[in-house]
Amino acid sequence: MTETSNKPDKEQEERIPAMQSLIDNPFLLLFIGVAMPTVFYIVWGIMEIVTIPVAP
Amino acid sequence: MAQFRTCPDTGLYFHKSAESLIKANAVAAAVALLVAGILGLLVVLTRWQAIHLLPADQFYMALTAHGIDALIFWIIFFEMAVLYVASSVLLRSRLATPAWGWVQFILMLVGAVMTNVAIFQGNSSVMMTSYVPMQAAPHFYLGLILFAVGALIGCFIFFGTLVVAKQEKTYDGSIPLVTFGAVTAAIIAVFTIASGAIILIPTFLWSIGYIAHIDAEMYRVVWWGLGHSSQQINVAAHVAIWYLIAGLVFGARPMSEKVSRAAYLLYILFLQLACAHHILVDPGISSEWKVFNTSYAMYLAVLASMIHGLTVPGSIEVAQRGKGFNNGLFEWLRKAPWENPVFSSMFISLVTFGFLGGITGVVMGTEQINLIIHNTIYVPAHFHATVVTGTTMAFMAVTYFLIPVLFRRQMILPGLAKIQPFIFGGGMTILILFMLGAGTLGVSRRHWDMDFTGAALGFDYPGMAYTLMGIGAFGGVIGVVGGAAFLLITVGSLVFGKKLEPSAGLLQSFGVPLAASCYTDKRPETLPRAAPLPAGHHTSSFEAPGTFVLALVLLVSFVVYYFINWKYLASVWPLS
Repeated sequence: MTETSNKPDKEQEERIPAMQSLIDNPFLLLFIGVAMPTVFYIVWGIMEIVTIPVAP
Repeated sequence: MAQFRTCPDTGLYFHKSAESLIKANAVAAAVALLVAGILGLLVVLTRWQAIHLLPADQFYMALTAHGIDALIFWIIFFEMAVLYVASSVLLRSRLATPAWGWVQFILMLVGAVMTNVAIFQGNSSVMMTSYVPMQAAPHFYLGLILFAVGALIGCFIFFGTLVVAKQEKTYDGSIPLVTFGAVTAAIIAVFTIASGAIILIPTFLWSIGYIAHIDAEMYRVVWWGLGHSSQQINVAAHVAIWYLIAGLVFGARPMSEKVSRAAYLLYILFLQLACAHHILVDPGISSEWKVFNTSYAMYLAVLASMIHGLTVPGSIEVAQRGKGFNNGLFEWLRKAPWENPVFSSMFISLVTFGFLGGITGVVMGTEQINLIIHNTIYVPAHFHATVVTGTTMAFMAVTYFLIPVLFRRQMILPGLAKIQPFIFGGGMTILILFMLGAGTLGVSRRHWDMDFTGAALGFDYPGMAYTLMGIGAFGGVIGVVGGAAFLLITVGSLVFGKKLEPSAGLLQSFGVPLAASCYTDKRPETLPRAAPLPAGHHTSSFEAPGTFVLALVLLVSFVVYYFINWKYLASVWPLS
């Protein structure tokens, strides 16, 4: 009986919101934090430069 | 077996190896600050046209060394210390791989010395940006590469320490907010250093003749991934220090940890994209790239700064009101411990970063109005507001805290310490405000002679520009006096300060551990998760009405200044 009544509380305690899981994972944050500027700043920027036509 | 020392004053736990590394990095940072400050004095006394101290070649050499010593070596050495404090000390954990910590320190030290030698040999006056096709001596680039490799090792020691702390259950729940801020700084640092490696390694090879050509635009785009992101590390680190000091001095709790962590997440996602504002006037790059990276993504990072700028003073206000400082809107602020340099330095950092650095940063990040001030002395004015009064003053604040706690020395010259933040902050604020004005009048940055003496294509600046530059330089001299006072107090305390622990000798101030009897093999108690906020605690801004009013003042200032700049743009381009 006691075990049954405690179970939902325990489950509630262990349920971690998705955002908190993200924030508690430094290596996932590291991946996102490096990927974002690499894609939007570096890679996109380099693509812009390499597509500039060469002067005749 | 890891050995720990408990600070008898604060209860903080110091892992023996981490303690030595924190001291060594902090002292190296102070040396870099000293060199940067002396060079900064020479630079302002040269740009003060009435004095015009240095000849052209020495000016460009001093400016190059000032930029690199202040913006890279001082800041990143100190940030290594911050990362070790935020991981090992705050999580009560042993430091992962201390031996690699010394590799980090030695690489950074060798790199910093090597780059300075290259500059002072006189053939590497290429400014901090070292834009190609200007070429510096090979050891200029090699020094920067070694320094960056060392810093990268420091970042991974930090991440390794997080893993150790989690595995050994040194803390309960999530990592503390201050440590999360340091995680943000370390993430930005990894991107920063990777960008540096991508561009500096080929540039080094170019300088020794292995590569024939580096594309100037490619260099600019990738280099700014290093150059500007390195300053974003500062933002994340100094905001973490704001939270730390609010907690230490006032016992303040963040108004909402969720909101603060979400703001840091915005930094992780968007802050680094602000590098793009340096490329806003470059041809060949599309407006889509420029506008996305600045006028959209950057504003989300600005939003995060505004959140921190609201929650840090807000948490202080709530703590102060809890102690009975409830009269009017600002009794909590009037009765704050302004004589304590830990608080005053931190609060000046917060206000100047928001009002001066933040507002001018948004102006610079807007493609159209950026045209008015691009490459003018407005730009150094902006980053002196973010890095000098913002980051440096936050670092000064935490240094005052660490002298007795970490170095176990009593601070000397307490009277001078009370006013030092006001001298430094006041002087630098004058420098910043008047350089902003001069920049708006078009005064060029990185320029030896406003008179264009003997130049084939001269230009006459209005008389007001000379006045503004002179007053700004006067402020800069006051700032240097304030910086010298900081070094006198802090370094003097390490050497002459009363010992709070008998074994805290001269060598111990520079990294040698204290007597063996200070340390124990006993593992610190697990850091408990923060207690729930008391019943009745609300997180609305009306709990901190004074801070809410200050935030509105910031917003109104921003709107007015933003409008003025658009109006000014319209007058430059006669559109109306």
